[in-house]
Amino acid sequence: MADAIAAVSEGQRTAAAFRNGTAFLTGDIPTVDPEGLRQEALARCRDGGRIVAFFALPRAGSDAGHDVFLVVAEDGLSSLRVLRTRLLPGNSLPSLSAELAQAQAFERELHELHGLSIVGHPWLKSLRNHPDLVGRSGNGSQSGVHPFFQVRGPGIHEVAVGPVHAGIIEPGHFRFQCHGEEVLSLEIHLGYQHRGAEPLFLRSSPARRLVIAESIAGDTAIGHASAYCMAMEGLGGASLPLSAHSLRGIALELERLANHIGDLGALAGDVAYLPGASYFGRLRGNFLNLLMELSGNRYGRGLLSVGGVRLGLDAAMRKSFLERLRKDESELKAVADLMFDTPSVLSRFEHTGVVAMQTARDLGLVGPVARASGLQRDVRHDHPAGIFRFAHIPVTVATSGDVMARALVRWLEVQRSLTFVQEQIGELPEGPLAAKVEAALPNRMVVALVEGWRGEIAHVAVTDEKGQLRGYKIVDPSFHNWFGLSMTLRGNQISDFPLCNKSFNLSYAGHDL
Amino acid sequence: MIRVLRARLQQGYQTSTRPVDALQLPERFRGRPDVVPSLCKEGCRACADACPTEAIKLRPLRLDLGACLFCGACQDACPTGAVRFTNDHRLSVRGREDLVLEGKELPLARSLDARMRRLFGRSLKLRQVSAGGCNGCEAELVALGNVVFDLGRFGIQFVASPRHADGIVVTGPVTENMEAALRETYAAVPPPRIVIAVGACAISGGPFAGSEAARGSLPPDIPVDLYIAGCPPHPLTVSDGLLRLVGQLERRDARRQVEEEIRAETLEWGARRANAELRAVGVDAGKGIPGRPNRGNGKAT
Repeated sequence: MADAIAAVSEGQRTAAAFRNGTAFLTGDIPTVDPEGLRQEALARCRDGGRIVAFFALPRAGSDAGHDVFLVVAEDGLSSLRVLRTRLLPGNSLPSLSAELAQAQAFERELHELHGLSIVGHPWLKSLRNHPDLVGRSGNGSQSGVHPFFQVRGPGIHEVAVGPVHAGIIEPGHFRFQCHGEEVLSLEIHLGYQHRGAEPLFLRSSPARRLVIAESIAGDTAIGHASAYCMAMEGLGGASLPLSAHSLRGIALELERLANHIGDLGALAGDVAYLPGASYFGRLRGNFLNLLMELSGNRYGRGLLSVGGVRLGLDAAMRKSFLERLRKDESELKAVADLMFDTPSVLSRFEHTGVVAMQTARDLGLVGPVARASGLQRDVRHDHPAGIFRFAHIPVTVATSGDVMARALVRWLEVQRSLTFVQEQIGELPEGPLAAKVEAALPNRMVVALVEGWRGEIAHVAVTDEKGQLRGYKIVDPSFHNWFGLSMTLRGNQISDFPLCNKSFNLSYAGHDL
Repeated sequence: MIRVLRARLQQGYQTSTRPVDALQLPERFRGRPDVVPSLCKEGCRACADACPTEAIKLRPLRLDLGACLFCGACQDACPTGAVRFTNDHRLSVRGREDLVLEGKELPLARSLDARMRRLFGRSLKLRQVSAGGCNGCEAELVALGNVVFDLGRFGIQFVASPRHADGIVVTGPVTENMEAALRETYAAVPPPRIVIAVGACAISGGPFAGSEAARGSLPPDIPVDLYIAGCPPHPLTVSDGLLRLVGQLERRDARRQVEEEIRAETLEWGARRANAELRAVGVDAGKGIPGRPNRGNGKAT
């Protein structure tokens, strides 16, 4: 495939480099032995790479074993390195986790989904815990009966929370090991939301696949639908009209605006700063309402189609959108200035739940959470696709890694997105809203990355020799980030947990699939 | 402090004051579809083929709002306009079969019986259980608490413990991993208790219907009192459904009807008196002063 930037080996390095959203022949992916895969992953990640996806597909024929694929992003080079290893039944994979912490959940997933034996993993604990997962290690229908990491000693006590929490929130189980108020360890056990999205996706019609993508995480309908459409368009070799790219960009940023503003309100609520909670809470709705006027649904469902978008903006709507965005912008500024200038808010936000930059890098965190710890990581900038190839949004970075940094990054991104959306609406190109997409090409792989409001959304599609989907891997940003939340609590007070949790606001459904 | 007050003034009063069943959503909002089977062309199955969740059955055309994701694909595919989405957000019913549209009107939810209304009509506390929900429905339920929708002013509140609740609101396709927790939560609510299924997933599995990891609906031993359709349902759809269930809209409509009757009778009596007086003093009042006012379209304003 001509789009492969380079498939040359550089000494020991063999992984081929590809671009976001561009399909390539699966035959162009270098195949190495399991130890080679491990060495390469370690080397690439030492040089600033990070794991985007690490997954297996069963090979055709019974007892034919598995193809294991590793996708590493090199953000500075806008390239994606892909590598494969073949595991026959009985073969095992040497674990990366002890040296590369960001691999730990991926390896647990490989073990649980396919029963692969991962040698040297510190603890192959069940990740989603369900009977449809072959290598599961827990008890499917009982809530909260997994083994947990335990701390023993005088004065040590355990706090168990969930799966049903106090608020209107998705289910998950949190197990704290505490000494008095101080948390020594927080272990987060998820899986309650496991809906079997990936296997269902593979056996569904294209129309159903789109609505499943929109429902991976319902607050990220545009983000996941964009990634799905990009993957299908990449496999079919489609070229979209500029207006479609622009409208997708507008929708993606409106989604980011609504969620970031909602998060700012929720953070204000958690430190009992009610003006912030009420005003941001209402302003969030204004952006959902703009999405509704564009798409017919407050979360943008039904807007995207493979090939483009289904609805556009006429002149009257553009005018009304711009007027409202200007008004919202001035109201947002007033509230944010107020909140970030209130001592009681700052004293709760600052130095709470710190994630150091090195920790964020080790865990492979993505999105605003990573940027709040000083990592320059943003798919829109690093692996630009669609409208972001033509219109740029500056990457927002903070350094302190605390709740304050995560709030501030959100507020700065809100301002950047507001500017972007207004620019795009102001100069929205005329023309068709969608292009025809041909059937997927056979024996291809495509990696589609989208910077959702929580961070990098990765969809990896693989076709067989007939052009049918052979595999579809979904990685929600939350999959990378949940462990980061655990780290915020180490050595901190348990009473700071709700605030730290809000400052991450991760998706349970996106993790559990 | 001055700045807090200034911001407060800038924000203004934002709570929606119009009745929840009378608010008009934007034209593009996809609410209750109009289904007109008589418009179907012989042998056409465009809408059924386009539907991602098999919510449409043919001969005659039937659309199951419990499975509908309101994506609009059927409307785009239909050559004759037999399926057309309106912006009517009222989508709550009492029975599962009521959700199947086949050309007749959607039978909006009737209120609970007198005993349950007496218990819950003015104060209803609910415990939410997400059983595989994608956070779409959950986010809209959270939005009901914001200053615009402010569900609390109707006496309806989400509470932290099932022990404090009068019922549960379930979202999501009831994943196998959440079934035990859902049952425990339901059992912890003291009876009499109500169950509300919100969103396509909780009613039919929605996009996840047919998955091995989820039931696709509430188990039969957790009987549902109110179905609220949508993906996700708009906050107004949810508040409309809840207010119908506890009889607040009925009560309001009944009160309004009585008020209107009294007003009409008073006006009629006054007009009769006035006309009689005018005649008595020999003034020709022409057709006289009109009596009973025009009833209008009956829509709440």
